[in-house]
Amino acid sequence: MGLAKRIIPCLDVDAGRVVKGVRFVGIRDAGDPVEIAKRYDQQGADELVFLDITASSEERETMVHVVEQVAAQVFIPLTVGGGIRSINDIRRMLNAGADKVAMNTAAIHNPDLVKEAAERFGSQCIVVAIDAKQVSTGDEPPRWEVFTHGGRKRTGIDAVQWAKQMADAGAGEILLTSMDRDGTRDGFDLPLTRAVSDAVSVPVIASGGVGNLSHLADGVKQGKADAVLAASIFHFGEYTVEEAKRTMAAQGIEVRLDE
Amino acid sequence: MSTVAVIDYGMGNLRSVAKALEHVADPGTTVEVTASPERILQADRVVFPGQGAARDCMAELTQRGLVDVVKEAVRSKPFLGICMGLQVLLESSEENGGTAGLGILPGSVRRFPDGMVDPRSGDALKIPHMGWNQVHQTKPHPLWQSIPQDSRFYFVHSYYVAPTESGQVAGITHYGTDFACAMARGNVFAVQFHPEKSAGAGLALLANFLGWDGCL
Repeated sequence: MGLAKRIIPCLDVDAGRVVKGVRFVGIRDAGDPVEIAKRYDQQGADELVFLDITASSEERETMVHVVEQVAAQVFIPLTVGGGIRSINDIRRMLNAGADKVAMNTAAIHNPDLVKEAAERFGSQCIVVAIDAKQVSTGDEPPRWEVFTHGGRKRTGIDAVQWAKQMADAGAGEILLTSMDRDGTRDGFDLPLTRAVSDAVSVPVIASGGVGNLSHLADGVKQGKADAVLAASIFHFGEYTVEEAKRTMAAQGIEVRLDE
Repeated sequence: MSTVAVIDYGMGNLRSVAKALEHVADPGTTVEVTASPERILQADRVVFPGQGAARDCMAELTQRGLVDVVKEAVRSKPFLGICMGLQVLLESSEENGGTAGLGILPGSVRRFPDGMVDPRSGDALKIPHMGWNQVHQTKPHPLWQSIPQDSRFYFVHSYYVAPTESGQVAGITHYGTDFACAMARGNVFAVQFHPEKSAGAGLALLANFLGWDGCL
C-alpha cells in the first residue's frame, strides 16, 4: 500500500482541437478536448498531458482557452507542453488551470528558465521534457543524446546528464521520450528509461513506443518509471485506461483503481 | 445564500480550487477568489490553498496584510487549508533554511529525507512525493463523510507536517514514513493532498466542506 504508479494519456492539440484521431464510442465529435479529457477521467486516468502542436503563434492563445475549459470540468492534474518559452507563458497556463507545464526546447536554449520558474512557481509544476535518441553503436556502452525539432536536430547534450542537470535546476519531474521508439509500438526504450530514472531523484514519466499493455508494465518494472504515458493505444479505443491499470495490477504494480 | 472565499495571496493554482468548489456547490453558493480582508472575513467559509515555497508564501501573506485575516478566519468559521495552506498553519518549516509559520497548529514542517527506499522493490523513493496515495482516516470527521477508508488522493509535495499533538491528526499517508496528511481542530480542517485534483474522492471532500457548519 502506497504511492500508485500513474497512467497518463497524452493528447496533441492543434488550434484548439485534439488531433491524431481520438475515437471513442458514443462521442459524436472526438476532436473536442473537453469531451476527450472527461472520457479519460471516467476511465481512471491519473493525469492528462496536453501537447500544443500549433505551429502558428496566432493560435497559441487558443490553448489557454482549452486549458480553461478542461480545468473547469475535469478534476485531475493537467500538464501542458508545447510553446512554453517564458515565465509569462508559464504563468498564463497555470492561471488558466494547468497544474504543470512541460518545457523542452526552451530549457535547452535557456537552462536558467527552469531554475527561475521553479523558484517562482515551485518545482511541483515544472516538468522538463526530454526527447532522447541513442547515439552509441555496436558494442559501445549505451549513450543517448537530447534531440529537438521532433528528433531531427542533434544537440550534443547527453540525455542522462541533462536530466540530472534539469532536476538539480529545480524540475519537479522528467518527461522522457525515446525518439527511436516514438510511433513504433515496440515498447519503451527500457535501458534509457532505467538510466534516467536511476540518475535523478525526481519522478520520471516514460514515453514513446507503447503498443500494448504489457509495455506499460515493463516501463514501470524494468524501466523504473514512476508514470507511463501513452497516446495511440488509448485514442483508438484499443484499450481503456482501466484495462491498462488492471493489467498492471495483475503484475503486482500498485495503481489507482476504483473497486 | 452562502459564500466561500478562496484566499488569493499570489501562490498556486487558485482557479482549480475555485472551479472544483463551483462544480460541487449548490446554486445558492457563491465562490469568490479574493485577496480582500473584508471579503474573506464576510464569507461564510474560507479556503486557504497554496503551492510553492514556504518563505514566499509567508512573505506574500504578510505583504498583503492577510496574516491576521487568516488567524481571524481560523477562529471564527469553517476553514479548509490545502497543501501549503496546511503547512503554513504549523509553527515552523525547515524549508528555505527555516521559516516561521502562523503557529496555529503546534508542530513543524519537515523535508522528506533523501535516501528513502521502497521496502518491497528496493527502489529509491522519489522526491517530490507526487501522485495518488492512500489516505487513512484516523478519526471520524464530517469532511470524511461518504469517502471510503484508504481512498487515494493526489499529492505533490517535498515537505510534510509533523504535528506535536497527535489528537489533531485526522488522516495519515505512508511514503517512506507515516505522515499526517490531514489535520483537524474544531472548525479547521487542513490537508496535504489536493482535493481539487483528486477526482471523485476530492470532490466529495469539497462538497462535505461546503455542507459543514464547522462543528464536530
